[in-house]
Amino acid sequence: MELIKPDIGLLIWMIVSFGTVTFLLIKYAWKPILKALKERENTIEKRLLAAKKAKDELAKIEFGNEKITALAKIERENMLKEAKEIKAGIIEEARHEAKIEARKIIEEARKSVEKEKMDAINEIKNQISELSVIIAQKILKHELDNKDKQKQLINKLIEDIDLN
Amino acid sequence: MRRSWLKILSVLLLSLFICNNSLAQDHSVENDSLGHKNEVKEKFDVGEFIFDHILDQYGWHLFTYHHKHITIPLPVILKSKSHGWNIFLSSKLEHANGAFIEKPLDLSITKNVFAIIISSLILLILFISVAKTYSRRIDMPPKGLQSLLEPIILFVRDDIAKSSINAKNYERFTPFLLTIFFFILLNNLMGLIPIFPGGANVTGNITVTLVLALFTFTITTITGNKVYWKHIFNAPGVPWWLKAPLPLIPFIELAGMLTKPFVLMIRLFANISAGHIIVLGFFSLIFIFGNINAVAGFAASPISVLFTIFMSVLELLVAFIQAYVFTFLTALYFGMATEEHH
Repeated sequence: MELIKPDIGLLIWMIVSFGTVTFLLIKYAWKPILKALKERENTIEKRLLAAKKAKDELAKIEFGNEKITALAKIERENMLKEAKEIKAGIIEEARHEAKIEARKIIEEARKSVEKEKMDAINEIKNQISELSVIIAQKILKHELDNKDKQKQLINKLIEDIDLN
Repeated sequence: MRRSWLKILSVLLLSLFICNNSLAQDHSVENDSLGHKNEVKEKFDVGEFIFDHILDQYGWHLFTYHHKHITIPLPVILKSKSHGWNIFLSSKLEHANGAFIEKPLDLSITKNVFAIIISSLILLILFISVAKTYSRRIDMPPKGLQSLLEPIILFVRDDIAKSSINAKNYERFTPFLLTIFFFILLNNLMGLIPIFPGGANVTGNITVTLVLALFTFTITTITGNKVYWKHIFNAPGVPWWLKAPLPLIPFIELAGMLTKPFVLMIRLFANISAGHIIVLGFFSLIFIFGNINAVAGFAASPISVLFTIFMSVLELLVAFIQAYVFTFLTALYFGMATEEHH
């Protein structure tokens, strides 16, 4: 029966030693260990959260960059398009103006040519008339040397007029 | 982690082999010595052999060599009204004379007390050094001993304390649960080592388990909140006539308060003692057969050793399971005592 009979001496020693061990372990071992574990867990959690946040932010920035790049691309395209349009417009305008100018120049040239022609014609006419007068004078001088011939001519002229 | 366990396991197995050998020598020689003393070959007494190892002793018997008992003498401390304090070494016990009139108060440092002191020192040195490592290596991964013990500490904290006690209170109880877990575990394991400083049947001693249960009971009772006491004296949802003239339910609940630690005490004591008794029983088969016939003794020894090894490995498992069960139930009782009313 000694097996299941508590022994008072051992009981006292056990209470004393177990109590002391509990007290010392709690004070010098468990408290710092549990505190360190908790702190480490907190730190790990915090760091994980921070890493996640940084990752999110980076993604956001990357997304922003992409957006900016896309915008820039569109802008560039627009600018190119505009430039092209302007270029085409300028060319078109220049062409148009050149055409008008050319036409004007041609017109003017034609006009002056016409005028020159007219002048030339007039000149020729004048000269012709002068020449014809001279010729007529000469012919008349020559023809009207005698009276017969004068008569003859006058008759002939009269006839001509009649025919006209 | 796994490698460390393997290391521990292999060391334990090795020590088992060694112990088997030393015990074998020990007892065959002891047997001889007894036979020598009485001039007749005395029969091997299994009960005496087993209880010699299970029960507490005044000295710490290591082994017997050439008919000589090699024992660590431990102080015997007695106090009586007639003789006052008497302190002497256990080696002088046989020669001590003088009878006490009444039964003296025995405060001797017995084998178990000495084993408790040794294991307490091991616990203190181990965990205070680990705690120092923790405060030195802040926010760094565990290293060395720390990495062996951290999973167990986390297991006790998360799977025992946190799962049984509510979130507000579990941190308050975790240190005690850790103490009780490692105290029981270390003493269970040291009980499996048959040579000094192991071999004392500490957790298989009813006084030791009584004290452990007493601590649990005291803490449960002190920390018990209103809900806990109300549940005992005026359990909700129970018809009044079970409580009013004859306080049947309160009586049962009060008895339950006491049975809980009582069961804790019996469970640990019985499991560890039974394991030791079976191991020793298997082992003494060699000497029982050897007493009949030397050949039979030799024939029985391999089987007996095999059984002993099997039981020792089982005991190793039981050492962990019992430490876990005791701590887990303690945590459950703490949880009940501090449960908030929903």
